[in-house]
Amino acid sequence: MSENKKWLPRWFFQLASPRWCYDITGKLLPGFVIAMLLLLVTGIVWALMFAPADYQQGNSFRIIYIHVPSAILAQSCYMLMAIAGAIGLIWKMKVADMVAKSCAPIGATIAIMALATGAIWGKPTWGSWWVWDARLTSMLILLFLYLGVIALHSAIENEVTAAQSAAVLSLVGLVNIPIIKYSVEWWNTLHQPATFKLTEKPAMPPEMWVPLLVMVIGFYCFFAVSLMLRLRNEILQRERRAGWVRELIEKQ
Amino acid sequence: MSFDSISEFFAMGGHGLYVWLSYAIALAILVLNIINPVMQKKKVLTDLARRLRREKST
Repeated sequence: MSENKKWLPRWFFQLASPRWCYDITGKLLPGFVIAMLLLLVTGIVWALMFAPADYQQGNSFRIIYIHVPSAILAQSCYMLMAIAGAIGLIWKMKVADMVAKSCAPIGATIAIMALATGAIWGKPTWGSWWVWDARLTSMLILLFLYLGVIALHSAIENEVTAAQSAAVLSLVGLVNIPIIKYSVEWWNTLHQPATFKLTEKPAMPPEMWVPLLVMVIGFYCFFAVSLMLRLRNEILQRERRAGWVRELIEKQ
Repeated sequence: MSFDSISEFFAMGGHGLYVWLSYAIALAILVLNIINPVMQKKKVLTDLARRLRREKST
């Protein structure tokens, strides 16, 4: 432990304490709630009323403002779930297991959002709700991976075993993330390539991509809020025998 | 503003159904993901309080 402490920062060990996590998330929540509301309201009004219509797709293009953020978030959430699961496996960190468990239902619903908005957008644009295309199929597999993790958590009674099996499944499923990302480049696909790339300027004009960026950041704030709410419930439930939780219950 | 009138805004150039349906689904999923853990917290707190009372009475 003392040797580990030299190369790992202090907050990494504080993260391992459920009580510290419960307190810090309690302090962070209000800020993220305000940021989430501001960004999402601004983003939605901007997307629906002020962003210009696409010259080919017309107003159905406005679906991009929820489709792209939900698709990005569904993948980020999966990566966090797998990393937290790995930390839980390696360091036997309870809080990491709880983070991984809390990620699953959020990720599953956001993946459903990405698939549903994509299907609705596909109808007027491609003339079909669904095609068995590489991008769409790999995204559907992402949803099934989330459902698998949720099923493991509810099927295995023992919390430690459940967390371990869910972590292994998430780590194996991690191979799907680059497949989703590069599916539009590796295979012939109807799906258009990425809107945002780290290395290049977006192909669309700023009037279109600035509100999209606002929505993406808004979705991340939403994720932070939802995850912290779920994590706090999980901490209370799993630490119910700890002295500080008893005090907290008695006080109210 | 990209629209001249309210009715044009709702019509979305003939794609109204698609646009509004996707925004409705998105909003429902976002709200659900916030309401669900908030409701769950109430349940957790009452459950734990009941458990604590039971332990003390015995």
